Amino acid sequence: MSASEAHVAVVGASICSYDGGVAAPQTTPVQSPDVETLPATDRPWITVVHDDPVNLMTYVTWVFQKQFGYDHDKAQALMLDVHNKGRAAVSAGARERMEYDASCLHGYGLWATVEQH
Amino acid sequence: MFRRYGEHCVATFAPDEARVLRKVASEVVGLLTDGFDLADPVVDRLFPDIYPTNAEESAEFRRFTEGDLKTGKIDQAGAILAALPSSTGGEVRLDRESAEAWLRALNDARLAMGVRLDISVETDLGEELDDAVLSDPSSSRVFQLSVYAYLGYLQESLLTALIE
Repeated sequence: MSASEAHVAVVGASICSYDGGVAAPQTTPVQSPDVETLPATDRPWITVVHDDPVNLMTYVTWVFQKQFGYDHDKAQALMLDVHNKGRAAVSAGARERMEYDASCLHGYGLWATVEQH
Repeated sequence: MFRRYGEHCVATFAPDEARVLRKVASEVVGLLTDGFDLADPVVDRLFPDIYPTNAEESAEFRRFTEGDLKTGKIDQAGAILAALPSSTGGEVRLDRESAEAWLRALNDARLAMGVRLDISVETDLGEELDDAVLSDPSSSRVFQLSVYAYLGYLQESLLTALIE
């Protein structure tokens, strides 16, 4: 997929609305598929959140719950991964979906990037 | 600091506190409107490149999303300005939606101040403040660090009240 095709999909996607309640899970939880055997174009994309000296740990946990519908334990484990390892993959899937996730996370002030697994 | 009363998160602000909050929220709005400059490290932190190793694709993505992201951030800072009592201080009562907008806006303000104050992973805020007071108690850095610390407590109290 070219970058511009991906972006058309993003523009068509709904903007983060932040509407009430915790979102239902919409993304595939991060797993570790045997990606080495896949051709490069079939490898999943991931949204990566990087450690940041300002964001409160409780806030980051809450954002993961809100954005991904993760339960508190999973969200907290991901937050601790970010904190302890400097970065963690927080969602995986189609490229345009990851761009959407990262953009929403920027709305919350998290430092998020997208890359191919 | 915020506490939960029924469906609302409620806090009472002294005049000084209301003034400081109004100032930081206005500064964020200023940064996102007239003062918008991608070369500013604060703007760079609020709008990070989505592909750090690919400037071209990052710019392309930014072209499609920056407007909405900016509008969202202006709106959330606006939620603080709209709910704050006048300069005399007073009570702020937030429903869930407003509380969430405040959380995001307080975070933006702290990110902006964090960049300006050179807050790093190693920074111990208490020590930083002690050092600044020792070198010049009336300095702007002492004031800015105090505001930064205050915003952190405020954000934490609001989050605690919200998820209670």
